[in-house]
Amino acid sequence: MALRWDNIMGSEITGAEITVQSLIDLGVEVIFGYPGGAVLPIYDALFQQNRIKHILVRHEQAAVHAAEGYARASGKVGVVLVTSGPGATNAVTGITDALMDSVPLVVLTGQVPTHLIGTDAFQECDTVGITRHCSKHNYLVKDTARLGPVLHEAFYIARSGRPGPVVIDIPKDVQIMKARYEKPGAITHKTYKPQVKGDLAAIEAAVDMLAAAERPILYTGGGIINSGPVASQLLRELAKATGAPVTSTLMGLGCFPAEHPQFLGMLGMHGSYEANMAMNKCDLMVCLGARFDDRVTGRLDAFSPGSRKIHVDIDRSSFNKTVRVDLAIQGDVGSVMEDMLKVWRARGHRAADQKAWWGQIKSWRARDSFGFEQKGDSLLPQKAIQRLYEMTKAKKPIISTEVGQHQMWAAQHFGFHEPNKWLTSGGLGTMGYGLPAAIGAQLAYPGALVIDIAGEASIQMNIQELGTAVQYRLPVKIFIINNEYMGMVRQWQELNHGSRYSESYSDSLPDFVKLAEAYGWKGIVIEGPHDLDAGIQAMLDHPGPVVVDCRVSKLANCFPMIPSGAAHTDMILSAADEVGPADDDAKALV
Amino acid sequence: MKHLPSERHTLSILVDNEAGVLARIVGLFSARGYNIESLTVADVSDNHEVSRITLVTSGPPPVIDQIMAQLERLVPVHKVVDLTDWGPHVEREMALVKVAGVGDKRVEALRLADIFRARPVDTSTASFVFEVSGSTEKVNQFIALMREVGLVEVARTGVVAIARGAEAV
Repeated sequence: MALRWDNIMGSEITGAEITVQSLIDLGVEVIFGYPGGAVLPIYDALFQQNRIKHILVRHEQAAVHAAEGYARASGKVGVVLVTSGPGATNAVTGITDALMDSVPLVVLTGQVPTHLIGTDAFQECDTVGITRHCSKHNYLVKDTARLGPVLHEAFYIARSGRPGPVVIDIPKDVQIMKARYEKPGAITHKTYKPQVKGDLAAIEAAVDMLAAAERPILYTGGGIINSGPVASQLLRELAKATGAPVTSTLMGLGCFPAEHPQFLGMLGMHGSYEANMAMNKCDLMVCLGARFDDRVTGRLDAFSPGSRKIHVDIDRSSFNKTVRVDLAIQGDVGSVMEDMLKVWRARGHRAADQKAWWGQIKSWRARDSFGFEQKGDSLLPQKAIQRLYEMTKAKKPIISTEVGQHQMWAAQHFGFHEPNKWLTSGGLGTMGYGLPAAIGAQLAYPGALVIDIAGEASIQMNIQELGTAVQYRLPVKIFIINNEYMGMVRQWQELNHGSRYSESYSDSLPDFVKLAEAYGWKGIVIEGPHDLDAGIQAMLDHPGPVVVDCRVSKLANCFPMIPSGAAHTDMILSAADEVGPADDDAKALV
Repeated sequence: MKHLPSERHTLSILVDNEAGVLARIVGLFSARGYNIESLTVADVSDNHEVSRITLVTSGPPPVIDQIMAQLERLVPVHKVVDLTDWGPHVEREMALVKVAGVGDKRVEALRLADIFRARPVDTSTASFVFEVSGSTEKVNQFIALMREVGLVEVARTGVVAIARGAEAV
C-alpha cells in the first residue's frame, strides 16, 4: 500500500504524517508503543501505512525496554511512541536505563496542545522537564515545520557519539497542523560534533606503552559493542598482537569470545578471581570503552595501585571521573583500536615477554572462582544456567536478564562469543527489563533463540508483556531461576544486616505454569537436578513461547564477591570464607 | 580526589539561546552535586542565537575538569572556557544597594558611596539606592560598610567576566 500522502509530497501534510514519514525515511521498521489521547493523530497516520510495524506493549515502561532490547541486539535505533502524562512518566525508567547503558533510542511522547501547556490539563506533565536529566537530549516541538528536522536530528544524536535516548515531546495541535516536509540530507549539528577519530600522537604513545608492558591487561566494556561488530573483531586482533589478557565488564560480555584462552571472564563485584587479581596486579591497564564503574573498581584507593592506565572512550566526561588515568584517548573505540593496530604493525612491535604474568594468571585461574559443586536433590542455580548454556550454545542464543543474583550467575556461567547477544540492565539495574528486552530482540531476529534468564521476583515487574509476545507470535523463552527470594537483597541482608531478611521473601508467588497458560504460553516446571535437562529440552522443543519455572536452592549466594567498600584483593570466593561484619562506611555503599 | 583543596573558577559558557537551556545547565550542577556561587546569563549575539553564561563554581581541580566535560556534553552548548585557567581576565559585578537613614548616617552613606564610586540612582528624603560595580570583593566590602549606615536590601547581578586582550575566548 502506498502512503496516502505520497502523492502530496511537497505540499503541506500534517505533523502526524510528517512524524511517520520521517520515521520511514530514517529506515525505521519497528516501533514500540501504547496509544492515548495526545498521540491519536500519530496513531491514525500509522494506521494508514504499512511500512512501519507497531508493537503494542502492555505498559509504557516495557515499550522502552523492548526498544532497548531491539537496539542492543540489532545495533539500530530503538523507537518508542507513548502518550502524554502517564504514558511519558511510565517511560521514564526505561529512558533512564537507556541513558545509563548508552542505548540509542528515540522516544516520541504526545503532549497536550500548546495552548494548554502549563494549565495542569488532563494527562499533562512536564515531559521535557522530567526527562531532561535522564535523556541524552530532548525537544519540545512547538512548530509543525520543525518536526521533520527535529526527528532527523534526534536520530543522529541518539546513535552518534556515546549513544543514548532522545525524547521528542509533540503537542497534539502540532500533530494536526500542516507544514511542508522534505527529507533532509546528511545531518550536521552546529554544536554537537562527536569525536570519532582518536589523537594519533596519543595512540602512538599508547602502543609504545603496550609494547613495553610486562603485565598488560585489556579492560573492555560496552563501548566496544556500541561501536559495532567490527570493533569486536579489532579487539580480537589487538589481543592477538599484544598477547594481553582480556577482561570484560557486564555490559561488554560477548565482545571477546568467552572460551578464548586470553579471556579472564567478567571483572568486578561478581567477576572472576583471575580478572580482578590481574586488574590489581597489572602494570598497564588499557580501558577500552568502559567507564570505571563502582561495580568494577571496588574500593577506589586500592584499585590497581601499581599500574599505568590508558583510557579510550568517546565521552570525555568518562575520563578521570573516578579513577585518574595516565593517558586518555577520546574517540570511537573501534576507530582507535584500528589505529592502534596500524601503529603496532608499522612499528614492528612484538609483545613483550609475559611468561611470568601468564604464570601468575594461571595460578589465579586455578582457584576456579566460578566453581560450584552440585550434589543432592537441591538444584544449584549455577548448575541450571550452566546446563542451559551447554544445551543452547550451538544455537547462538540471544540472552536477556532481569536484575539480581540470576543476572550475575548468567554473566558468570553463560558464555558469550559474539557481540549483541547479551542484553542486560547494567547501569540502572532495572528489574523487569528482561522480558520486554527479549521481545524487542526477537522482533529484530525472528528466527533466533531468545531467552530471558529471570528471577521469580523480577519477572513479575513486567509480567504483563506475556500478552505482547503472544499477540506478535514471538517464541520468547523465559527461564525463571526461582529461589523464592529477592536473592541479591537477601544475600546483602545476610552479609550486612545480620541475616534479617526484611521483606525479601517472594511470598504468594503465582503458579507460573498456570500463569503462562492463561496467556497462551507453554509452562514447564523443573523441580530439581533430575529433570533439569528434560525441562530445558522441552523448552527448546516447543516452537512457541515458554515459561520455565526452574526451582533452585533457596539460599545459594552469588560468589565470588567483592564486598562493598572492599578492594579487588579482598574477594570472598565462597560462603566458607570468613566475612567480618561490614562497618558503617561499607554498609552505606550500595 | 575530594580531599584536594577547593578552587574558585569562573567559566564562560556559550549556549544556544533556546528554551530550557538554562535549566539543563543548572540541573546538571544540582544533579551532580557541583556548586554554583553565581550565575549570569544574557543573549549576546546580533541574531539572538547565542547566550553567554558566566558561572562561578568551586571545587578541587579534577571536579572542575569534570564540570567542563559534563557541560561540553550538553547538546546546546557551543563552548565552555575556564577563564581562571585561561589567564588574565576581568571579573565584574553590579549591585543595587538600598540604604535608609537620616542625619549623620545619611551623610556617611553618601561619603562612603563616593569613595567606592557608587552612584545614587534613586533617592528619597530618607533613603538612597546606590549602584556599585566592580570585583566581587569590592561589592562585598561596600555592602558590609552600608550595613553600618542603614542597609535595607541588596540586589546583585553575579559575576560577568571576559578575557583580557584582543582575542575572543
